[in-house]
Amino acid sequence: MSNAIVQDPTGFELPESQRRLIRWTVYIGYFALVAGVVHGLAQALSYAGINILQYFPGLHSYYQGLTIHGVANALVLTFAFSNGFLPLLTARALGRRLNAGLLHATFWLLLVGVGLALWKLTTNQASVLYTAYAPLQAHWIYYLGLVLVVLSTYCAAANMFVALAGWRKEHRGERIPLLAFISVASYAMWLIASLGIATSFIGFLLPWSLGILERTDPLLNRTLFWFTGHAIVYAWLLPAYISWYALIPRQTGGRIVSDSLTRVVFILFLILSVPTGFHHQYTDPGITTTMKAMHAVLTFGVFYPSLATAFSVVAALEIAGRSNGGKGLLGWIRHLHWSDPSVTAQLLAMFTFVFGGITGLINASYTVNQVVHNTAWVPGHFHMTVGSAVAMTLMGVAYWLVPYLTGRGLWGRKLALAQSWIYAVGVLVMARGLISGGLEGMPRRTFMAMATYSRPGWKLAGAITGVGGTLMTIGALLFFVVLLGTIFAGRKGEGPKDIPFGFTLRPPATSGWELRLDRLGLWVVVAIVLVVIAYAPFAISYLPPHLVSRGFRLF
Amino acid sequence: MRVHTFEKAFLWLGAVMLVAFGGALIFASVAMGIHLPGRAGLIDPQQLASTPPFDQPGVRQTGPNQYEAVVIGRVWMFEPSEIRVPAGSEVTFVVTTPDVIHGFEIEGTRINMMLIPGQISKNSYTFTRPGEHLLICHEYCGLNHHTMFGKVIVE
Repeated sequence: MSNAIVQDPTGFELPESQRRLIRWTVYIGYFALVAGVVHGLAQALSYAGINILQYFPGLHSYYQGLTIHGVANALVLTFAFSNGFLPLLTARALGRRLNAGLLHATFWLLLVGVGLALWKLTTNQASVLYTAYAPLQAHWIYYLGLVLVVLSTYCAAANMFVALAGWRKEHRGERIPLLAFISVASYAMWLIASLGIATSFIGFLLPWSLGILERTDPLLNRTLFWFTGHAIVYAWLLPAYISWYALIPRQTGGRIVSDSLTRVVFILFLILSVPTGFHHQYTDPGITTTMKAMHAVLTFGVFYPSLATAFSVVAALEIAGRSNGGKGLLGWIRHLHWSDPSVTAQLLAMFTFVFGGITGLINASYTVNQVVHNTAWVPGHFHMTVGSAVAMTLMGVAYWLVPYLTGRGLWGRKLALAQSWIYAVGVLVMARGLISGGLEGMPRRTFMAMATYSRPGWKLAGAITGVGGTLMTIGALLFFVVLLGTIFAGRKGEGPKDIPFGFTLRPPATSGWELRLDRLGLWVVVAIVLVVIAYAPFAISYLPPHLVSRGFRLF
Repeated sequence: MRVHTFEKAFLWLGAVMLVAFGGALIFASVAMGIHLPGRAGLIDPQQLASTPPFDQPGVRQTGPNQYEAVVIGRVWMFEPSEIRVPAGSEVTFVVTTPDVIHGFEIEGTRINMMLIPGQISKNSYTFTRPGEHLLICHEYCGLNHHTMFGKVIVE
């Protein structure tokens, strides 16, 4: 076994027909990013007391724009990216082609699903925010569109499973290449997690919006949403973690610290991501405090693999910085290929994630949650997780992925570097504003520029939010310029020939307890058992559903 | 670089930190009596007008220094929109909604609950000092969500 995290480090080329589908799948995500950030500017400025909605022709309300922002940036960007990125890494790691039928299905389901959802969003028939809490009711086609998006992720997952099963048949007794293992584990987790939202949409919201089911159960829909809803953030985050663990060491000139620890971290995410959903419902009625406390403990548990990640990823960076000539306690940081925009974007993403993690732990802290729940603190928190750790990593990855997929060299390297810094500073400034406003009770999801109430303490917080959000928007739009420049004006033939897969310090163990790590089926079973333990007491004491609410269209 | 020594130390430190934080939370909820809302009963959202206590929203005294505030959050107002209680009193908020999901946040306190159709939300808080708090709906509830607020006045 070699130290490479792929089967064959010498090379592997995916046929152009498959690259094209992967390329267009990730393009959907990057276009969604840009479509979503435009209204992000209106939201940030609204906190500052500035209403710019009149410059958005065709937009019916602030909340319609807010829904588009959430759906485009939290759902479409992330899943479109993962649907292309994870199967690509799996194919490269195993040295196998993907299944063409499943690749087509992934792309078309995603495209049609996003198209349907977008149609209902732009015509103001689905302004229910991305959480889609019943009994606010969207047009049934909107729910159908999102179901198709979920189905597209299933096709991408199936494609990876098929590739892995085929590889295993031909390589009996061998360790699964690390890059394939963590990619497959990520979507295996998402498969379990998605069952909640799938049940809610297919079992309740779709028939209810079609009139087949007269009334629905808002608490049950909410609970099913958050069954998926916490793990969904890990489904967004794990592709970024894969890049940090497996690719960034190579891009900075370092080594992956430990094969086994990396696998353990992803297994812990697989097991612990889902049974934590009630920490989003601490302030909900109808759920016992015992259940909430149990999920609080499990949430502290799922913080652990992120702590391990903080160590491993930074250790790999330190190895890189020192081998590049860095000296002293912190001198190695300067020697991390900061001139490479792909690296810079992701290093800054990691830095912002430190604060994202800390604020996340505060949210999860049971009684403390009452101070911050649904205040501006919460978007302050998640813009430092999905809004930066994930978004900036996805932008950073684009700086090699798009050249790799198109064969064209990166266009506008300096612009790309500036983009990363502007966005990172912007997100930190904005989060500072939102967090301080939230601590003073400023609500989230509210058109503050037109609110009929206010507090003196919110003024400065709102202004800081507006400044930060404006910088973020500039950063994101510059990303789009670099992206389009690369696609249309990048030099032909200058794209990288291979993905920047890393090498571990030592090859994976070929005997001992580590072999058990590769038994993904076993870990999936453990994950399901834990989910049952975490949700069965609620289900038993709550069901059957309390179907009390007809639909409301108040937008 | 002694990676594995540092790694062990870091992971132990993390574990100890999480256990300490968890201990602080247990202390807060057991010894300091800070509670989250739990299960407080079901209700038919169509029948609030005929279901006590929601047939008569308002504040009533339930004991020495103890009050119960029955509130309905609906699009796009709280009923009553002004709650007056004397300083030093413990107030139990009993709240629900006849229509969509709303929020119930009393700014400057730890009263922070979701209002979900079919469920009763309940939690208590002792107001020690006189003053005025905003009562805010912090969950999106439709077009005029940002106009939905009330006041809690501690006299």
